[in-house]
Amino acid sequence: MTEPAAALPIPPEIAPERTLNAAQWGMASFLVSEVAFFSTLIVAYVTFLGRDVVGPLPAEALSLKLAFGTTLCLVASSIFIHFAEGALRRGNNASFKLLWAATIALGVAFLVGTAYEWHDLIFEKQLTISRNLFGTTYYTLVGFHGLHVTVGVIAMSIILLLAARGAITKEHETGVQLVSWYWHFVDVVWIVVFLVVYVGAKGGSV
Amino acid sequence: MATVDHPQRLARSGIAADAASRGWAAALHEWTTTVDHKKIGIMYVLMSLVFLVIGGIEALLMRWQLFYPRAEVIGPNVFNQLFTMHGTTMVFFVGMPILIGIGNYMLPLMLGARDMAFPRLNAFGFWITLFGGLLVYLSFITGAAPEIGWFAYAPLTEHTFDRNAGTDFWALGLLISGIGTIGAAVNFIATILGMRAPGMTMRKIPFFAWTMLWTSFQMLLAIPPLTAALVMVLFDRQLGAHFFDVQNGGSAYLWQHLFWFFGHPEVYILILPVFGMVSEVIPVFSRKVLFGYEFMAAATMAIAFISLGVWAHHMFCVGMSRTLDLYFAAASLIVSIPTGIKFFNWLATIYGGRVSLQSPMLFCFGFLSMFLIGGLTGIMLAAAPFDFQLSDSYFVVGHFHWVLIGGTLFGTFAGIYYWYPKVTGRMLSERLAHWHFWLLYIGFILTFGPMHVSGILGMPRRIYTYDPSRDWEWWNQLTTIGALVQTPSYAIFVYNLIASLWKGKPAVDDPWDAWTLEWTTSSPPPSYNFETQPIVHSRRPLWDLKHPDDPDWQYE
Ligand code: HEM
Ligand SMILES: [Cu+2]
Repeated sequence: MTEPAAALPIPPEIAPERTLNAAQWGMASFLVSEVAFFSTLIVAYVTFLGRDVVGPLPAEALSLKLAFGTTLCLVASSIFIHFAEGALRRGNNASFKLLWAATIALGVAFLVGTAYEWHDLIFEKQLTISRNLFGTTYYTLVGFHGLHVTVGVIAMSIILLLAARGAITKEHETGVQLVSWYWHFVDVVWIVVFLVVYVGAKGGSV
Repeated sequence: MATVDHPQRLARSGIAADAASRGWAAALHEWTTTVDHKKIGIMYVLMSLVFLVIGGIEALLMRWQLFYPRAEVIGPNVFNQLFTMHGTTMVFFVGMPILIGIGNYMLPLMLGARDMAFPRLNAFGFWITLFGGLLVYLSFITGAAPEIGWFAYAPLTEHTFDRNAGTDFWALGLLISGIGTIGAAVNFIATILGMRAPGMTMRKIPFFAWTMLWTSFQMLLAIPPLTAALVMVLFDRQLGAHFFDVQNGGSAYLWQHLFWFFGHPEVYILILPVFGMVSEVIPVFSRKVLFGYEFMAAATMAIAFISLGVWAHHMFCVGMSRTLDLYFAAASLIVSIPTGIKFFNWLATIYGGRVSLQSPMLFCFGFLSMFLIGGLTGIMLAAAPFDFQLSDSYFVVGHFHWVLIGGTLFGTFAGIYYWYPKVTGRMLSERLAHWHFWLLYIGFILTFGPMHVSGILGMPRRIYTYDPSRDWEWWNQLTTIGALVQTPSYAIFVYNLIASLWKGKPAVDDPWDAWTLEWTTSSPPPSYNFETQPIVHSRRPLWDLKHPDDPDWQYE
């Protein structure tokens, strides 16, 4: 390349672009694929709703009260993780760790609640995945959601361990932010599941 | 015309150079642990070519069986296994990986980036895709390849009807490789949206990047439903769930909806990147800018969206309601509008240009002429009453091979001939390329043209033999002969790829006098891609470099 001579046209200045960074685009697109995945499971659940002739049916099997409790855990955890993120951004590592640990605890509480619910469903109400269509679709949908919660809890615990050793600071803001996006997503999916499966069971005639 | 010089040429990443300089063991170690997008891209392409040969052999076996009526070359069960494995292989382990591979290699170079956004995810995606393919093929070794067709219609996949482990291998293999595909899509989107060279706004990205972006978008929305459906099949088979178990209230219809919600966008996943490749090649070999860049980009987006809503045109004969038939027919016909826009824009790019018929452009002409016909038979099938007559006949087989080979394969070959010098530092033999082209072109017409006729004469697809009284043998024999004419063309292609690595004419950095960033770096590119970060002012950054007195950005 040669130096442009004075007579040659001078290209305009390049303005910096302000959009998401690559990591954020990556997480956002991953979550889009997750939306497609869970939508499919929900479609399957709804498709078979009310088609069973053998019980137990949703209205007999599910406890709205318990589900409401676990839902509260997840919603609260979303609020905690939001503030945890803010604390890290402000460089307040101590309150980051505290809020982050609270998020994990609420996630674990959700899982414990689900485990309790499943124990009851399987051993008291005799609902298994092969029992009827409700069992088939319910365990698949709620099970995959639970799997996502578990993955989130593991990821957050790793970050907490690192933070306890002082390895998480303001520079890791993006990474922490992406985990929190994931966690919010898991929550939103749960709210849809709660409405469709649990509230739907009590509200409709199914 | 000036070319762009590079004072020093540092470490290179060609396969031959690697193997020669470091010994095979070290090279193998390096390639299996690499996270370099270029090496991963090459491995994707090589994997696809191996599977292409395997899928081709399966096709030849089927054609051998169909040459004579009442032939007994292979029995019905093996025939079922062959068409299942053939379709699965071609769609999942040839088509998608080859396009992902080319995208992986070229996109960072075209965008002026050092690597993909997530190099390790990239390597993971490749290995898991390969692993999925091997898993599907492992079923052969256990003596029980799947016999369910690539669409795996329920309830034939239920345990009640199919105790063969092949179906489980099939579902697990596709599930696993699907995860790799989603990883690739995430990576493409993050790279295209987040890693462009300074100045390369979305209105200036190479057109191939636009198509890879929308293909990735379709992957994100289409593959997870397939993944979910495969999980359901596995749960049915392994845990006694009832999703598709019709005896216990499950629904075969649900499977078809889920499968085609994936399956239709999938065919666009297989064609959009090819639209991108020919949109790179045609301007360079016509010496004109791509006509109607904005319209082309908008049309790509329109195709990506519309084609998410037309899946049930594969299900007209299932017996949906009249309303649904009408909706899906109309929506499918609408896809032809953006597709037509693209087609006319390619023609307008060629029109009045100085066209040079070197191999990449030759394959583009193959693409243009054949994709047109395949699109037209698609429109015929999208008209529901017509489809009632010809669904599940050889006409459909003719249609989709016409688009997949005439479209995807010809366009992919155009891309490979175009970029091979960049990847290897060598030119391919033009003479062999012309042999490749003409044998493929003639063999292809001879193979798939007659299928339309045998379909109209009533020959159903997926049958392993037929009665002489049907008068189908003449058309079947033509088809088989066509397949035999095609076969050497692939051999010539592979020979050309390998032999040119050593014997090919050394390639300069920019052998086609092209305009996009990948041609500014050396051939093959160094492991870090660019010595200095390129800065972009127009859609044709190399034109600007070569013509500082009359740069493109003045007019854009
Ligand atoms: C103008 C655009 C197109 C239209 C309107 C169209 C329409 C159709 C219709 C209606 C069918 C179903 C036929 C039946 O099963 O009865 C079909 C099958 C198929 N098409 Fe297309 N098509 C188009 C383009 C494409 C493209 C670009 C590809 C791939 C690159 C493609 C690949 C396929 C495949 C693989 C099948 C068969 C699937 C199977 O049954 O196994 N089509 N097409
Ligand atoms: Cu389709």
